[in-house]
Parts: sequence; structure tokens; C-alpha cells
Amino acid sequence: MAPKRVTAAIVGPGNIGTDLLAKLQGSTTIDVGYMVGVVESEGLARARKQGVAASAEGVDWLLRQDPLPQIVFEATSAAAHIANAPRYAEAGIQAVDLTPAHLGPMVCPAVNLREHLDAPNVSMITCGGQATIPIVAAVSRVTPVPYAEIVASIASRSAGPGTRANIDEFTHTTGGAVAEVGGAERGKAIIVLNPVEPPMIMRDTVFCMIAADADRAAIIRSIHDMVADVQEYVPGYTLRAEPQFDEPRESWRGNGRVAVFLEVKGNGDYLPEYAGNLDIMTAAAARVGELMAETKLGALA
Amino acid sequence: MSERASESSTPSSSTGRPELAHDVRITDTTLRDGSHAMAHQFTETQVRDTVRALDAAGVEVIEVTHGDGLGGSSFNYGFSHTDEMTLIAAARQEARQAKIAVLLVPGIGTVEDLKRAHDAGADMVRVATHCTEADVSPQHFAAARELGMETVGFLMMAHRTPPENLAKQARIMVDAGCQVPYVTDSAGALLMHEAKARFEALVAEVGDEAWVGYHGHQNLSLGVANSVLAYEAGVRYIDGSLCALGAGAGNTPTEVMAAVFDRLGISTGLDVLGLLDAAEDVVHPYLHRWPKMDRNAVVQGWAGVYSSFLLHAERAAERYKVPAHEILRRCGELGYVGGQEDMIIDVAIQLADSRHP
Repeated sequence: MAPKRVTAAIVGPGNIGTDLLAKLQGSTTIDVGYMVGVVESEGLARARKQGVAASAEGVDWLLRQDPLPQIVFEATSAAAHIANAPRYAEAGIQAVDLTPAHLGPMVCPAVNLREHLDAPNVSMITCGGQATIPIVAAVSRVTPVPYAEIVASIASRSAGPGTRANIDEFTHTTGGAVAEVGGAERGKAIIVLNPVEPPMIMRDTVFCMIAADADRAAIIRSIHDMVADVQEYVPGYTLRAEPQFDEPRESWRGNGRVAVFLEVKGNGDYLPEYAGNLDIMTAAAARVGELMAETKLGALA
Repeated sequence: MSERASESSTPSSSTGRPELAHDVRITDTTLRDGSHAMAHQFTETQVRDTVRALDAAGVEVIEVTHGDGLGGSSFNYGFSHTDEMTLIAAARQEARQAKIAVLLVPGIGTVEDLKRAHDAGADMVRVATHCTEADVSPQHFAAARELGMETVGFLMMAHRTPPENLAKQARIMVDAGCQVPYVTDSAGALLMHEAKARFEALVAEVGDEAWVGYHGHQNLSLGVANSVLAYEAGVRYIDGSLCALGAGAGNTPTEVMAAVFDRLGISTGLDVLGLLDAAEDVVHPYLHRWPKMDRNAVVQGWAGVYSSFLLHAERAAERYKVPAHEILRRCGELGYVGGQEDMIIDVAIQLADSRHP
């Protein structure tokens, strides 16, 4: 039996779109048929060289194609996705949104991958969210987390103009997702851009407030299990040190704290290794897309 | 949204730089940068007393916020004893002539926080970015201008980029609506000729579209000297703190700067004796520590380390049994920037592992 694959499109042929294309080249469930931009670019040329039909005529062009894609990965900007999303929905195309637009339910593969496979539009949250929410979830599945805080440090070179112009979107969306997807009662997110040369590899720190008598051994086990789960799609996702526990303090309303220090080294598919923040987004999106494709293929079989 | 006229007219035509009442406009940051040295434990009474004293002594701008700016109350930087919005509102009530300023570091604080601070009575915002990352600030300058607030731009860790580039970053801020870009020597690392070159580069870049400011730290004991150089180079906004209360070895002491400018015949509108009383009678009694040039703080100036790292490094040193000055030096080598306080713990763990594997 000939292997069947689901046709997909990538909208936004920049760094993220190009890296995503590289990641999906070997996919057994997804065939990237289309790459779409709004101006001629290196990204479009590169896609054509790989045999992908590519156009600078935008989503209008994409929606005239036959067959239409069943899945579209949006790697443009929040504003562009807000404009495009209703058109995908109307055409019955499922959207995986890599922008911070946050229109559909938020998905983090290691935490809630299977919950929204039928949703017409899923949000991949933010890079900092993809890196840290698994750890918040690892703690909150073992013990209540009244408050979680994440700090994402990324190399200046890996922060594009979109991120820079809308840095508040990162803090809002990520902070919200730390609670909603990570399972903390309240969440807060901080992002820092560091211009040091050579560029620093993405670093993330997760602080979870926990009860004074929380089961530390269980928390440690849960975090290690979670790291292994994330490593399945981001091999460069590692703990810098064992989780660090702090004794309860009055200023923490009598709670204790666990701190987890992470490094996210990218796979170097197209983007440089230091850009783990971008790699974890494309790897997560690819994983979600492939599961959506499997679901579609399963429904046909 | 508000498209500025695209012709070659300068933004100053719409925003303008504020009129100066004196030769130089002093901003006191005891209640913001000093928050670091106080481990963010300021009480409402301390803020009210300090604002009253500063206001009476003629200080024109008083900054009140968590040390790391709006939204800084956190695990990473330390939780505030009293909500900063309460402190801002209290400061606003006490000040008769002074403007109340708040700090906002994009990536930590947001436009939403700024609106709340404005509602609480803040008149001015100081938007702070690392010296090479000014393009994360336009969102916040735009919001501030819309709220009708005065705007200052902090280019932090100014020693980390050459004068020409610092001037380009100042330009980004001014074009976004910043009225006063600052040479912000967060590490107290700028030697006198380095500070002067940066002052001159910024003054040349912004011309009469904006004023240029200077924020100093005492880690190498140059805050007052650099303030004098700043004035000579055309800088017209200068920061200080009573008793030097601030991160690292503290800030340029406001009361010392006032005395020096007075002797130089440069008008500041400040009452020197009033400030000396405020430092001695109001601030000194509540100090947890009098910031000084001890080994750790000098290392910060010497190795170019963000001053706010000091207390965090001391805590990590105690917990992981490694010297704080080694942690700080390593932070300098790795090029960590403001906001990366979490990395101090990481560095301490790595140092401890290498010592006792």
C-alpha cells in the first residue's frame, strides 16, 4: 500500500517557516505542498529548489490551489494570522499558529498534545511558553502550584522585529499559558534579550511556589520524566542542574519554592543552534501537525 | 496607530523636550534604585517621609517603583513589601511640586502596568532597555505619549556598546517619542573619558530634539565626577539617590551632587542643607545597609556587572558556599545583562560543582 500523506502549507517563508520545512521534509504523515509569502524572498526560492510549489501572491494564491492543503502552518505575524485565520476556517483548513495571535486553544505537545487535535485553529503559545510550560505542568501534576514564574533569556540575534515591536504580547500570552496550560493558579513571564557574542544559547528558568511539605522526591521524578518527553521532539532540551528547593519564607506566604534551570539548544536544521527558542517552536508545531495528520489519515482508513 | 507625519519634520515638533527650570534637572531615585538595596521592602511611611523631604528640598523628579521597574515584584527580583501602586499613589499625594516617575523595563513590565501607574498618579515614565535593544521600547513610549506622560529612555549597561552605537540606540528611542535618552551606567563601570565620549555622542545625535541624561553608580566612585563631566558635555538630566541608596555601591549621592553643583555655580534648584537633613534624618535611619564600595561592589564596576546583581549574588554565595565576588566576575565574563538575575543562581551552582565535584 502506498504511504499516504496529508498535504500542508507553510505561510511565512522566513526563518521559522524555512526551519519548519526542513523539519517536515522527512515526515511520513505530512507533505508540505506549498510555501507562501507576500514578496519574493530567499525562503521562497529555497522552497522551490526543494520541489515545493511556492508563491509570493499570498493566501489568495494558496486558496486557489488544487488540492487545497488540509493543514496550514502560519509563521507570519499575529496581525497577519488574525486576518488569515477566518479564510482558512472557511476553506476547512486546520491552522497551526506559530504567531502570538492566540486565537485557538494553546497547545504544548508534552502537556496537552492530544486535547485539541480537532480544533480548527491551535496556538503554539510562544517560544518561552513551549520551553517552560512542560516544567510547570510537571510540578503541578504532583503538587498544587499557587504561583509559577518563568524567565526566558534569548540571544538578541534570534529575536526578530515582530517580537521586538510587540514584546508585551510575549509576556501576556506566556504568563497566561503558564497558568492555563501549565496548571499554576497564577502565572508570570519575563523575557530578556542578551546581545553577547558568540550568541548565548536559549536559557529558561522556572520558579514554582509549592507547599512547605510538598513531596520533593516526586517533584524531581516528575520533572525528569517531563524533560525526557520534551527531548523526544527537542533533543537539545536539558536541565542545567538538579531542581533546586528553597525553604519556606514569610514573603512567599509561608510557601517553599522549586527552581528549575533549563538550556534549549536548537537542532540546527536551518536555524543556528543558539536559537533554541525558535527551534522549540518549529519542533512543537511539526509534532502537533503530524498528529493532526495522523488523525485525518486514521479517519480515512 | 498614530502615524507621525512622514515628512522630514522631527518628532520634537509634536513631543518636544520639556522646558528646564534650572541649569540641570535632578531626578532622585532613592525610592526606585534604592529599592534594590532595601531588598524591595519599602513601606508606605518611608516613601511618604522621603518624598516630603525631597520635594521640600526642591527635587523636581522623584522616581518610585520596584527596583526592577513596574511588575518587578517576583521570585526572580524579589517580592515587594508594599504594592508599588500603593507607593506611587502615596508619593503623588505627598509631592507638592515634584513629578513622580516610574521605571518600566520592557519584558518585565507592560503597557497595562504603565496605565495602572498613571492612574495611581505617575507623571513620567523611564523606559529601560539594554543599551543595544532600544527597539523593544517604541510600544511603551507610544503608550506613554498617549497618556500624556513625560518620557525618559534608559540605555542600560551603557559601557557595553561604543559611543556611536549608543547614539544610534538613543535615536531609536527619540524617534519613538522619548524626550530624554540617558547614558545609564548600570554597572558603574564607565571611566571618565568613556562617559564623556558617550555624553558627547548622544548630545550630538539628538541636538535640540531631546535632552540627554546620565544615571551613575558608585562602584568605581565616579558618580559625582561623571555628573560634572556630563553637565559640561551638555547633559541636562542627572540622577542621584540620598545616601547613595541604590544597587551595587549605590548611586551618585544626591546630596553630594547638590553641594558640588552649588560650589560650581550651576543652578539645580536644590536646597543643599535640606538634602543633607533628608539624607541624615529621613533615609539614614531606615537603611538596611549603607551602600559602599566593598569588594563585591568594586568587582561590579571593574568587571562591568549589572549593579542589581549584588544582593542576589550575596544570597547565592551564602547558600552555595562560593564567594560572591567570584559569582559576579563570572556573570561579567558571560555577558549577562539586566534582568538575568536567575543566572546568578545558575552560576553559583556551576561554581560550587567545579569546587566540590
